[in-house]
Parts: sequence; structure tokens; C-alpha cells
Amino acid sequence: MPSDEVILHLRDVRLAFGKSGGATEVLHGVGLHVRKGEKVALVGESGSGKSVTARLILGLLQEERGVSVSGSIRFVGEEIAAGGDFVRDARGRRLTMIFQDPSSALNPTFTIMDQFHEVLRRANPGISRRAAHAKASQWLTDVLLRDPDRVLSSYVFQLSGGMSQRVMIAMALANDPALLIADEPGTALDVSVQAQTLKLMEELATRLGTAVLFISHNLGVVREFADRVYVIYRGRIVEHGGVEQIFANPLHPYTRALLRAVPKISEAGLPDLPEFSEDFLNPRMDHPGCVEPADEVAS
Amino acid sequence: MSAPLLSIEAVGKTFDVAGRHARALDSVTLEIVAGECHAIVGESGSGKTTLANLIIGLHAPTEGVLKWKGEALPAQRPLALKRAIQIVQQNPRSALNPRRQIAASIRLPLDVHTLYARRAREGRVILLLEEVGLDASFLSRSPRDLSGGQLQRVAIARALACEPELILLDEPTSSLDVLVQARVLKLLDKLRREHGLTYLFISHDLAVVRAVADRVSVFDRGRLVETAGVEALFAAPRHEATRRLIEAIPVVTEAEAELRDRFRAETLSKEGQSP
Repeated sequence: MPSDEVILHLRDVRLAFGKSGGATEVLHGVGLHVRKGEKVALVGESGSGKSVTARLILGLLQEERGVSVSGSIRFVGEEIAAGGDFVRDARGRRLTMIFQDPSSALNPTFTIMDQFHEVLRRANPGISRRAAHAKASQWLTDVLLRDPDRVLSSYVFQLSGGMSQRVMIAMALANDPALLIADEPGTALDVSVQAQTLKLMEELATRLGTAVLFISHNLGVVREFADRVYVIYRGRIVEHGGVEQIFANPLHPYTRALLRAVPKISEAGLPDLPEFSEDFLNPRMDHPGCVEPADEVAS
Repeated sequence: MSAPLLSIEAVGKTFDVAGRHARALDSVTLEIVAGECHAIVGESGSGKTTLANLIIGLHAPTEGVLKWKGEALPAQRPLALKRAIQIVQQNPRSALNPRRQIAASIRLPLDVHTLYARRAREGRVILLLEEVGLDASFLSRSPRDLSGGQLQRVAIARALACEPELILLDEPTSSLDVLVQARVLKLLDKLRREHGLTYLFISHDLAVVRAVADRVSVFDRGRLVETAGVEALFAAPRHEATRRLIEAIPVVTEAEAELRDRFRAETLSKEGQSP
């Protein structure tokens, strides 16, 4: 169950690329939060800013040149908007990530065991290969992989996409992270494998009490997975609400268009929708009961 | 009833990979009727793409025959047949030559098939751009300056340039965002009606298929397991592979969730009956 402890808190985050003067701002004041054990979705189309937000939280973008960040990003209470040692040290341990395409996220020249050992060493540098093997094998059993020993001695190209994705989930959870960022997990897989993989991730995160920030362009996937949803459009959060609120009563014109645009198994034909409309730029709308932590304190 | 536009008769395809036989398609029989939008659905590995490759002549079947308007399709396709069957692929960024301007990409088939007088071809390219909702301002642009949705429109214009009878659409919108997808699907539907085209629409997303198709054929591990009108298929899916595909679709409305839960319940009760 989600508790009150805020694991991740973004306030007025702005991100720009390029030299000052000619810089292009791509995030225009993003605010969001994730509490302990909560599953929160960040939904938007390509170019909306959802993936750069993830890379900012991981402290990866800050290490590149020509990137300027303002505002605040707090992870387990520490300020990490500027990147730096704290987040670098947390990466792979208290802060982990699952990527869209598992086969390219795993190194093709090392066995799964080699890579799993590396992952476990992040949290426990002295762990022996034997102890790592036992732990990895248990984790692979937890993600429902049959014959974990065979998987551990394999290379990624010897595994199916679905199996690789399960390996990634096991690795991402193995160090008991406070927050798992899942960036479109499974979109590279076909629909039924994707559905199974997400269900598995959901069950494990719930069991372990891991907070998840789930990034997706697909509202349908989000409905089954998230407790709360942020919709992002062109670098701005446009709507924030509980999953039932968003789906039963979408408030923002952009969210409404997104929902109508998803093809439905219950109806034939296609809606007539614009790719862009002025009112997609309307200000952010928060559903009742959905406020950011700073506002809670103030009120 | 007239002869089907394309008939696939007892077609099988085996690939030899590293000394092993891989059966990609197994005794598939299917007719595509002129004017319909016929969807081919299945999970990865079900044989969808192999079937598409046989139809465009990239591979020859191991057994069986493909017929175009009642006549067997030759292994070496004459130019006229290549023109009549066009394909629009999943990823337009890799389907279009990145170093060629948009005008040149659309014009190439007009030159290859000597359609229209040379002088008239530039005007024809502009008309084709307009058909797909773009305009003359795109002529001198390069693929890297276009969005995914715009590129897919260009790929569609290039297929239309050939004045084809059948277009194979291989997951044409699965790399696009939902709003862009809705617009492109709408465009494809309009073009089919206006030009009397026949579509073979390959997809793993049954919700998209529901929106655009007249008939649906479901593939599972190289076999055709079910062909039905789209209404009938969703009212009463007969094969387990069809149910699996429907159940896997992420849903956004209550109506959809109810429909899907009904299928899930039926599948469970069927599983309960078998030993």
C-alpha cells in the first residue's frame, strides 16, 4: 500500500538544450511526485518530454554538455536536479530502470550471469560468484522463468524478447530499489507477451512495495497498471488524477482526444480527431484529492 | 461472384536455417476479394510477414500456389504485376531513402513504370502529396525533417503513385502515436473508397483491425486458424489464438473491459471443460 513518504518529488522542473541565448526549452515547469509503494504513470506522445524527464531523474542528462536544468528534483529527500554523486551512487541500487527494448539494454558479449553478478555487486561489492548465482537464480524463478540456470549461462541473443524483459525486471528489482523507472517496457514485444510482462512487473512491485514511475504512450496499458496518472504534452503536465478519475472523467481537452484516439475492441470505425488543437495547450488540471506535496503543506 | 483478386491455395513455406527446417507457413488457403480491407492478425512468429513476402514475390512458396485474378503468379514478376501490388511498411523512416528528397521518392515509381508524360510527372507528384494531406511545400524536403506521421503519408503517396490494385499494409501505424495513428487510419480508409483499392492489413493489434477491416484472418504458428467478418469475429471468436489476441489488448473504456472480461470468462470455462 502507498504510504505518505514521498520518494520522488519534481517541482517546476525546466530543461533546456543548447547555449544560453539560443537554448530550446523542452520542459516548461514539470511537477510530479511518487510516494512509497505507489505506481504512477507519466503518459505522453513521442516528443512530449516523458523520456527526458526519466533521464533527468536518473541524473543521466546532467552529465551531457549544453543541458541546463532548473527547479527541484528530490529523491528520498535529497536534491538531485543538478545530478552529482548522490544520484550516481543511487543508480542501479536504490534507483533502477527498465528500458523499452530489453535485447539492446543487455550486453551481447557477456552471459546473463556475468551481468547479474555486476548488478548485485552495485549494492554488495564483495558478493561472491556463488552467492550471486544463488540470488540471481532465485530472482529468475520469481519472474517465472523456467530453468533459471540455463538462462543464467545464456547470452541475450539466445533468449526471446519476453524472456529478456523478465531478466531485466529481475535485475531492476534485485537490489531492492526505492524507485523503479519503467520506460515503455514491452513496447518492443507483441501484445500478449507485453500484457504478461506488465502483469508480472505489477505483481512483483506490489509484493515488494517498490514505487514505480511508469512511462508510456499507451493509455490502455496505464489503466491496468497505475494508481495515479500524469498526462504530459509538449513539456507540460496537462492533467493529473487517480486512474479511475482520468478514465471515467478526463478533464483536459488533450487527454480527452488521446482517449478517443485509442482504437476500441467494442466499436467499429474511427473518430475524427485533429492531431493538434489550440485547447491542447490549456493549463494543467488536477482532479479532486490530487495535489502536489508542497501544496499539501501550504493548505 | 467474380474471381477473387488474390487467392492463396494450400500454400506452405519452409526455410532452411543452419541445417534445420523452419516451417513458417503451413497449408494456408485464403481469398482476398477486390475492394475489401482484409486483416491478417497474429502474434510474432505466426507467419504474417512470411505471407506478405510471398505475395510481393520476395520469396517463392515451398508448396501451393498464389493466383492473381485466377492466374498463377510467376516467380519472376513482370513489371505490371509489381505495379499492381504495393506495400507500405511499418517503419517509414527505413522505407524511404534518407538522401532523397520527398519529390524524388514519390516520382521514382512514375519513372520506373513510365506513368504519365515526363512533363506531367511533377504535377502528378504534387497531386499525390495533396491526396495524403500534404502539399507542394514538402517537395524539396528531406525525410529527416519530417515527423513519423508525415513520413508514413509520403510512403502511402509513393504506393499510390503506382496506381496499384492491392496494397499490403504491414503494421502501417504501429510506430505512430495514437492521435497520428487515428488520422493515418482515417486517410487509408478514405483512399480505399476513393480509389477502389483492396487492402491486406497486417497487424497484431485487434483494436486497430476492428476499426478498419471488413474481414479478418487469424494466424497462429504458421497456420490460418480462423477467417471471419469483423463483426462476427468480435461477437464470437472461435479460436483460442483469436481470444488470446483480444484478451491481450489494453482497454480504455468500461464497455471494452466488459467485453474483454466476458471473453476471459468464456476462455476459463472452456479450459475447465477440457481435461
